[in-house]
Amino acid sequence: MRRARWGALLLLLVVTGVLALMLGATNIAPADIWGALVGDGRDTATVAIVRAVRLPRVLLAMLVGAALGMSGSVLQGTLRNALAEPYLLGVSGGAAVGAVVAVAAGVGAPPLIALAAFVGALGAVAAVLAIAHAAGGLGDTRLLLMSGVVVGAFANAAIMVVMAAAAPDVTRNALWWMMGSVAAAGWRDVVLLAAMLAVIGAWLVHQARGLDVLALGGDAADSLGIDAARVGRRFFVLASLLAAATVAVAGLVGFVGLMVPHLARSITGGRARPVLLAAALCGAILVVGADLAARTVRAPAELPLGAVTALVGVPFFLWRLRGGR
Amino acid sequence: MIAFDQVRVRYPGSDRDALAGVSFTASPGQLTAVVGPNGSGKSTLVRALLGRIPLQQGRVTVDGTATALLSRRDLARRVAVVSQREEPAFPLSVRDYVALGRFPWQHAWSPPSPQDLDAAERALREADVVPLADRRTDALSGGEWQRVRVARALAQATDAIVLDEPTTFLDIAHEMACFELLAALAHAGRCVVVISHQLNLVARFADRVVLLARGHLVAEGAPGDVMRGETLERVYEWPLVVSRDPAVGAPTLVPLRKRHAPLP
Repeated sequence: MRRARWGALLLLLVVTGVLALMLGATNIAPADIWGALVGDGRDTATVAIVRAVRLPRVLLAMLVGAALGMSGSVLQGTLRNALAEPYLLGVSGGAAVGAVVAVAAGVGAPPLIALAAFVGALGAVAAVLAIAHAAGGLGDTRLLLMSGVVVGAFANAAIMVVMAAAAPDVTRNALWWMMGSVAAAGWRDVVLLAAMLAVIGAWLVHQARGLDVLALGGDAADSLGIDAARVGRRFFVLASLLAAATVAVAGLVGFVGLMVPHLARSITGGRARPVLLAAALCGAILVVGADLAARTVRAPAELPLGAVTALVGVPFFLWRLRGGR
Repeated sequence: MIAFDQVRVRYPGSDRDALAGVSFTASPGQLTAVVGPNGSGKSTLVRALLGRIPLQQGRVTVDGTATALLSRRDLARRVAVVSQREEPAFPLSVRDYVALGRFPWQHAWSPPSPQDLDAAERALREADVVPLADRRTDALSGGEWQRVRVARALAQATDAIVLDEPTTFLDIAHEMACFELLAALAHAGRCVVVISHQLNLVARFADRVVLLARGHLVAEGAPGDVMRGETLERVYEWPLVVSRDPAVGAPTLVPLRKRHAPLP
C-alpha cells in the first residue's frame, strides 16, 4: 500500500511535469520535447523554448513547491500548530519589504531584488526570534507564532507606506512579485534553489525523528533526551531559510506551505520523515500544476501563480475540514 | 535509583523556594509516591530531575551519577518521564507513538534495530495496549491514552520511570489499573516514582511515600507512617480523619465538611 502511494505520487509528478513542458503558447509534442532535451532536436525554436523557457520554469516550480511543502511541514511540527506556515511567521512579510524597498529605490536587476527579498526575510526571522526570546524564551511555541504575526503585520504596514508613495509602475512591479510567479525562471534560479533545497532538505530528512519528538511537546521532548528549545529553534531557522529562498526566486506563492503538509499527512500518516518527503512531492506537483493553469487558462494572459495556488487550496482545505482534520 | 540531595530551586521572580532543600531516595524495586498539596513542589521535582530548571543548591543523582554530568540523551536512557499532560500535535498510530520511546537509543539514519522493535513490542505488552497498536492516538479514551503513554516510557527501557499525576481524569477502574501496573513494574525491579493526589490509592500501592508542603519535605516513609491525621490536616489545611480501609487495613483519608450546621 505504502509503496503504491509513493509510486502514484512520483508518477503524478512526472505526468504533470511532462504536461507542463508540452502545453503553452505553442504546444509541443512529447517526441519533440525528448529531442530537445537529449540534444537531437531539429527545430531550433522548439529546442530553445524547451531548454531556455519551459524546462527551467517547470523545474523552478517543482523546487519552489517542494521547498515550501517541506518548510511548512517542519514549521507545523516544530510549532505544534496545524496553522503554522512560512508566510505566517514573518518570512513573506520580511521578503516583501526587502523586495518592495529595492524596487521603490530603483533597483531593476532581478538578482538584486531577489537578494533584497532574501535579506528582508532573514531580517524578519531574526526579529521574530528576538521578540520571542525577549518575551520569555523560545521554549514556548505560542510566543514564536505571536511574534511572527506581529512582524508580519508590521511588514504589511511598511509595504503599504512604501507603495503609497511609489510610482504606478513600481507598484505594479511590486504587486506582481507579491502575487508570486515563476514566469521569469532562469537556470541560475534553478541551480540556486536546488542547491539550497538539497542541503537543507537532506538535513531536515536526516533529523526527522527529532521533529517527531518535538511534535509531542516540550515536556515529552525534553524527557526523550533533546533540548526542545534549541532543536526547535534550529528547525525554525532552516525552514525559514528554505521559504526565504523560494520567495527570493519566485515571490510569494501563497497557501502551499499551509496546505501541502496536511495533504502529505493524510497520505503517509503522522511520522515526520515520510511526511517531509511526501510534502516535497505534493508541493512540487501542486505548484507545477498551478503554474500550468496560470499560463494556459486565460492565455496569452498569465494569472498570478500565488492566486491560483490559493484558488486551488481553499476548496481543498474546506474539504479537509469537513473530513475532520 | 534516583536520589535528591538537598535540592533547592527558586523560580525567577518568586519570593520563596519552590523546593527548599529536599532530600530523598527512590530505590529500585519500590513504588515511591510523592504527595502534597497543589504548589508543594511535586512537579518541580520532575523539572529538577530533567535539568529543565537550574538548581540553586544540591544535586540529583541517578544510579550515583549527578544528572548535571549526564547528557540529555544519557539521562533519557536512564530515566523515562510521563509528564502531566501531553497531546501530540498530529495523530500517530499507537505503534509509531510507542516507538518514539526508542529515540534516545537511535541514530538519525539507522532504521529501528531488532532491540528497538523488541523493546517497543514488549512495552506494548507490559502496558497491556497490544490491541490498541493500530489505533490512532486521537481515537483513544483517556484511560487508553494514559496506558499508551506509559508504554512509550517503557519502550525507553530505562531502570527508572517517573509519572506526574498519571491518574488525573481517570475513572476508578482505570485508576486502579494504572496503580496495579505501576506496582507490578516496581516489583519487577524498576525504580518507579509516581506523583499523585490520590492519597488513598497511594496508601494501598506505594512502598514509600514522600510528603511535600510548600517546598519542604514534611514526612517520608511507609504509607502508615506518613499518613497521620494531624500531619495531613496541617499540610492540606483542611479538617480530615484517617481511618483504615475495610478491605486491607491501609490508611484511608476522609476529608470532613467544614460546616456541620444546616444552612438557615
